[in-house]
Amino acid sequence: MSKIRVVHYINQFFGGVGGEEKADHLPELRLGAVGPGMALSQQFGDEAEIVATIVCGDSYFNENTPAALEAILGFVADQKADIFVAGPAFNAGRYGMACGGVCKAVQEKFGIPAVTAMFGENPGVDGFKQDVYILETGDSAATMRTAAPVLAKFTLKLAKNEEIGAPTCEAYFPRGIRKNVFAEERGSKRAVDMLVAKLKGEEFVTEYPMPHFDNVAPAPAIKDMPKTKVALVTSGGICPKGNPDRIESSSASKYGKYDIDGLNAFCANCAETAHGGYDPVYANQDANRVLPLDVLRDMEKEGKIEKLHKYYYTTVGNGTSVASSKAYAAEIAAELVNDGVQAVILTST
Amino acid sequence: MKLELGRINIEGLSFGANTEVNAGILTINKDELIALIKQDEFIKDVKVEFASPGEKTRITPVKDVIEPRVKVSGSGAVFPGMLNKVETVGEGRTHVLSGAAVVTCGRIVGFQEGIIDMSGPGADYTPFSKTHNIVLVIEPTADLSQYDYEASARMAGLKAAAYLGEAGRNATPDVIETYETLPLMDGVKAFPNLPRVGYVYMLQTQGLLHDTYVYGVDGKKIVPTILYPTEIMDGAILSGNCVSACDKNTTYHHQNNPIIHDMYARHGKDFNFVGVIITNENVFLMDKERSSDWTAKLTKFLNLDGAIVSQEGFGNPDTDLIMNCKKIEAQGVKTVIVTDEYAGRDGKSQSLADADKAADAVVTGGNANEVIILPPMDRVIGMYDYVDKIAGGFDGSLRPDGSIEAEIQVIIGATNELGFNRMTARGY
Repeated sequence: MSKIRVVHYINQFFGGVGGEEKADHLPELRLGAVGPGMALSQQFGDEAEIVATIVCGDSYFNENTPAALEAILGFVADQKADIFVAGPAFNAGRYGMACGGVCKAVQEKFGIPAVTAMFGENPGVDGFKQDVYILETGDSAATMRTAAPVLAKFTLKLAKNEEIGAPTCEAYFPRGIRKNVFAEERGSKRAVDMLVAKLKGEEFVTEYPMPHFDNVAPAPAIKDMPKTKVALVTSGGICPKGNPDRIESSSASKYGKYDIDGLNAFCANCAETAHGGYDPVYANQDANRVLPLDVLRDMEKEGKIEKLHKYYYTTVGNGTSVASSKAYAAEIAAELVNDGVQAVILTST
Repeated sequence: MKLELGRINIEGLSFGANTEVNAGILTINKDELIALIKQDEFIKDVKVEFASPGEKTRITPVKDVIEPRVKVSGSGAVFPGMLNKVETVGEGRTHVLSGAAVVTCGRIVGFQEGIIDMSGPGADYTPFSKTHNIVLVIEPTADLSQYDYEASARMAGLKAAAYLGEAGRNATPDVIETYETLPLMDGVKAFPNLPRVGYVYMLQTQGLLHDTYVYGVDGKKIVPTILYPTEIMDGAILSGNCVSACDKNTTYHHQNNPIIHDMYARHGKDFNFVGVIITNENVFLMDKERSSDWTAKLTKFLNLDGAIVSQEGFGNPDTDLIMNCKKIEAQGVKTVIVTDEYAGRDGKSQSLADADKAADAVVTGGNANEVIILPPMDRVIGMYDYVDKIAGGFDGSLRPDGSIEAEIQVIIGATNELGFNRMTARGY
């Protein structure tokens, strides 16, 4: 088997260019291993080879990120790399951000795995741990001796597409990706064990650490409704009869946008719900109960609102992840703003 | 209250002249069973089919699973207030046809019915790939309302389970297990030095296809109350709901609630298991507030030191779960909550629709959005018409060769929130 081809990214300091005074160093390609790459090469033995090293100044990268990335990706393109490694960055903040950023860009552009390593408090960890494997190191280059073997071992594993274990076993920062595994004991037994430990004041490990919950502050009240263009948006799954876009009954992978121009109200023959999480009978009888088109039309006639937007947007909230919901909302909101909509009635179920 | 569960191990199924248990084989008089189910004027036809572990068989769309049981001694009969008179159960002896299960199946009522694979990768996710299943494929009369269809399908399963359970009345159990919960003050005297713990049992009660019944009462209309754990083993709580297949508590799950069993296993050793507080998961905020206030009040009233809180369903009930947890913890009662996750197909999303720092001890049944490929099977009991539509399916889930690509949400019991399975999710 031929050797695994590794491309390595380091900053101007580790590249031997200089310290802070050289932090504006432009991206540069060198063949073979440089600086910390030597230590990695030693660990790789016959299995892998650093074919090229990219050296870039930390200030240059962080102040000119798009241009820096373009140059770096250009260098990587010619190297037929199997895997990309950056750092270790230890506690150097701008270096950490560069390592994370370059790894992410390489993964996306070339579809090859990438890995970096740094200290827990490096801002690069929070910036990129969701996108890239970041191994934990000590806070200074003095810990290179322990960091290099861990990084090298992980690099080989990743390049060979071997199974990556849990973050605690492999010493990477959890990426926040939830994966199903079969535990030793059934859940009820685990719950009882956890309760006994909690009662005794002993240590226990929760299986799902509570996320930071994103609260949205209500928007200020609208003062002049008769001059406001209003749109209807729902997560209640109301869609044209027959669900033409096949929005899923749970875990929606899409949202729908439907024209209601000239439609005075939903009727049982023209609308239904795709939602699988609530009693659909009453919504199918009269979809205005979920999305009040009829009332908005009345208000439009009475001049209580200026106009109802031509389209309504709809998806199914049931079983749909928060991340998907956020993504749909961002797209919908941008379109609404673009279309001059000033207010939205958002109905849930 | 003291209940003996006499388990009669069932290792195979057959049809025959008499419905009886003999040497581990449950023999069923098919015509008699069909006649019983067809007494319901809303059921036009019913087919009875068997599915046993290891077979290349798929059952879909599945509504409920029920374990055949019979009350041999003590007051009342199984499924009180629903199938039998409302007399209090939970005492005496009950015989169980362990390893057998009635599965109700037929065209969908809503979107929430599921899949059971008897072999292959899907079988690992459902407990009902390990049971010998008596499947009722129900055909309702034309133009039957969804409400009437759900009720008829539910009753058909209960009737069949009670009918089959009768076959175990005079059989000699292979194992006898004894469960006892003492009246409150007797429990205090018996275990003066042990911490007092309870179980807060949340029941899915969001409306049609999301209902649970307690002694025949629609769970939406209960206020939190206290049950002896053994009442639940006799069918005091049963499922009328079809919330997503993966985290619906089937009637079988209620009858065999593993939290109750595992709490009994430590009762008198690590703690005093005082009893079960049942509560609901209604859609109105006022109901949510009242019910969570009351669960917290009851945990304090029982002087509990700790409680396990289990959820059913997801999304909207996440708020009930967190309200219960937060308020119970605020009473100084330590909690462990049991839930499951909707972290997206890539596992990258936040898993719950509500969160609070009080929920520091969580057990999870896994990420329901994870995608699985279920290979084609030799035999399908039921019908393939709804695979793309059920919760967890999507356009194109059913492939031309009969394989299915879908979220594990479609598999009955896959991410059960009573901790019935070994599955969990971990952060990677």
